[in-house]
Amino acid sequence: MYVAVKGGEKAIDAAHAWLAEERRGDVTVPELSVAQIREQMALAVNRVMAEGSLYDPDLAALAIKQARGDLIEAIFLIRAYRTTLPRFGYSNPVDTEKMACDRRISATFKDAPGGQVLGPTFDYTHRLLDFKLAADGEVPEAPTRETQTGPVPHITDFLNQEGLIQTEPTSDEAPRDLTREPLELPADRALRLQSLTRGDEGFILGMAYSTQRGYARNHAFVGELRIGTCAVEMDIPELGFAVEIGEIELTECETVNQFAGSKTEPPQFTRGYGLVFGQTERKAISMALVDRALRWQEMGEDNLGAAAQDAEFVLYHADNIQATGFLEHIKLPHYVDFQSELELVRKMRADAQAQTMPEAAE
Amino acid sequence: MTQDYNFAYLDEQTKRMIRRAILKGLAVPGYQVPFASREMPMPYGWGTGGVQVSASILTPEDTMKVIDQGADDTTNAVSIRKFFEKTAGVATSEETSKADVIQTRHRIPEQDLREDQILVYQVPIPEPLRFLEPRETETRKMHALEEYGLMHVKLYEDISKNGAISTSYAYPVKVEGRYVMDPSPIPKFDNPKLEMAAVQLFGAGREQRIYALPPYTRVVSLDFEDYPFEPSKADHACDLCGSDTSYLDEVIMDDAGGRMFVCSDTDFCRSRRAAGHVGAQGVPFEEDAA
Repeated sequence: MYVAVKGGEKAIDAAHAWLAEERRGDVTVPELSVAQIREQMALAVNRVMAEGSLYDPDLAALAIKQARGDLIEAIFLIRAYRTTLPRFGYSNPVDTEKMACDRRISATFKDAPGGQVLGPTFDYTHRLLDFKLAADGEVPEAPTRETQTGPVPHITDFLNQEGLIQTEPTSDEAPRDLTREPLELPADRALRLQSLTRGDEGFILGMAYSTQRGYARNHAFVGELRIGTCAVEMDIPELGFAVEIGEIELTECETVNQFAGSKTEPPQFTRGYGLVFGQTERKAISMALVDRALRWQEMGEDNLGAAAQDAEFVLYHADNIQATGFLEHIKLPHYVDFQSELELVRKMRADAQAQTMPEAAE
Repeated sequence: MTQDYNFAYLDEQTKRMIRRAILKGLAVPGYQVPFASREMPMPYGWGTGGVQVSASILTPEDTMKVIDQGADDTTNAVSIRKFFEKTAGVATSEETSKADVIQTRHRIPEQDLREDQILVYQVPIPEPLRFLEPRETETRKMHALEEYGLMHVKLYEDISKNGAISTSYAYPVKVEGRYVMDPSPIPKFDNPKLEMAAVQLFGAGREQRIYALPPYTRVVSLDFEDYPFEPSKADHACDLCGSDTSYLDEVIMDDAGGRMFVCSDTDFCRSRRAAGHVGAQGVPFEEDAA
C-alpha cells in the first residue's frame, strides 16, 4: 500500500536546524564574531560587498558567517537584503582623483607624480605557509611615514597631454540602473561596467584571461591601479549643495591598450576601466580587460568571434546569483516532466521496434 | 537583525512596476514583457518570477494555493506557501476551488478554474525559441517579425528523425494566432487546458520577463495536419482514486520493478477519494490516512 510522502514541512524545519548546527561547528571551539570576520577576512568581505552591490562591511561579514563561508551564498544574502532597502537618491559620481590612496602603482611608468605606493599587497610575498600563524597571530608593527596629501592625478592623464590616448566622451546624462531596469541590449558602456563590477570574480577573471591568451587579444598594460578611500557626496535639494555622506574603499584600474588605428581612428592608446568596491584588485584588473574587449565596435575593430567580445554572452552570464540559482534549481523535483519524457521514450522505442520487426507486428 | 517587510515582501513601487508589466502582458497575449526583476530571498530557479507576480497581485483577503509538480506538499511548494503566509499573512488552502491565486510549477490543476481565479506560473526559460537560437537579440527580432519558420523546421526534423515530435513538456503554443509562447515546463498533457476561464500569468525572474493569457484566449499547440498534436499521459488509471483522466506520476515501489501510478494533482486525488472513489491499490479515504 502506497501512501504519498507528506511531511515536507517537517523535513524542511529539521534540515534548517541541522544546518544551523553545522554552521556553528564544534561548540568547544570559540564562536567567530562578525567583527573578527570583518577585520580578519577583509578580502572576503570586500568580494561580498562588490558582488552583492552593497557597501556595508558589517552586513557582509554577517552574511559570510551565516553562509558558512560560502561567498556566493553570502553575496546572495546581501543582494536579497539590498533589494528591500528604500532608495533616497543617487550620489554624485565619486572623484577618484581625490582618493586617499593606500596603494597606487603603474606598470607603464617607472615613477610618476604622487609616486608608486605598494601598499598592503601579496605581490612580493613568497607563498609559503606561515605555520607561526597557526600558533599565534601576533604581528610586528609596520613602519609608517607621513601621509601625502593633495590630489593624486591619474597616470593616463599624462598620456592624454600628448593626445596619445583616446579621450573618453563625457556626459552628464544619468546612466541606466541595472538594478532597477531589466537588462536590454545593446547595453551602453555604463551599463556594461555596472554588470561587470557586480559580476562573478571567477567569471570575469576567466573572460579577461581568455583575451590575454588570444581570444580577442588587446594587449593591456596596467596604466594605473589604485586602492584607497573616496568621499561619497550627495546633493541635498533642501540645502542646495552637496554634502559628504560617508566614504568608501575602492579599487580602480585603468589599462592602456595598444591600438593600431582603424578606418575612423588614428593610431593611439585606448583604455579599459575597472572600478570595484573594496580592495579587490584581481577583479578590477579583470574588469578593465573585459571592458576593453567589449568596446570593439566603438573602436571599429573586427569581431573575432571571441567570447569576451560578445556583450550578450558576457552580460547574461556574469551574475553568479542568477547562474548559481538556475544551475542548482535542477535538483528541485522535475518528476512530472520526467514522466512525460518516460512516456515519450517508451512510445518511440515501441514504434522503432515495430518497424524493425514488421513480421512480428503483423 | 529583525525587520518588518512590506505586505507580500515587495515594496509598493516595485509591485506597481510589476503590475504594469502584467497589464501590458494581458494587453498583448503571449508577448514577453521585460521587467526589472528583483532579487528575492529565494534563489533564481526556485520560482522568483512567479513569487514576484503573486506578491504584486495578492490582496490581504485572498486565499493562496501553491503547487509544485501538481502537489501541495512538495518541498518548494511548502517553502513558497510559508513565504506568503509569513510576509503577506494571507490564508492558504490546498483546495483548488478555494484559492483565489494559485502559484504553480510544472502543472495545471486538473479541476477547471473559474473566472475569479488567477493561475501564476513559475517560468525558467520564457523564450520558446531559446534552444533554437541562444541570442535574445535575435529571438526578439524573430517574434517581432513573426518569423517562426525555425520552430516549424525543428518540429519537422523531429518527425523525420524520430517519427514523432520529441517534445513532451514545455510544448510550444501559438497565442491568438500571433505569438509563439512557452507554456512553462508543463507536460504537453496540460496544453489543452491553457484555454481557460481564469487569468494566467507567467513570471520568469532570472530572465526578467512576464507574459500573460487573458481568460478564454485561443491557445494552439503547434503541430502539422498529418501529425496532429497529441496530449499524452501514462496509459493507466490512478491506483489510489481510479481516475483515468488525470495526469499520473509513476512511483517505483520496490527493487523488482514494481510500480504504481498516482495522480500528480494531490488535491484532485484527495477530493476524489473523499467522494468515495477507490483505485486498484487504494483504500477507502480517511481524513488522516495520508
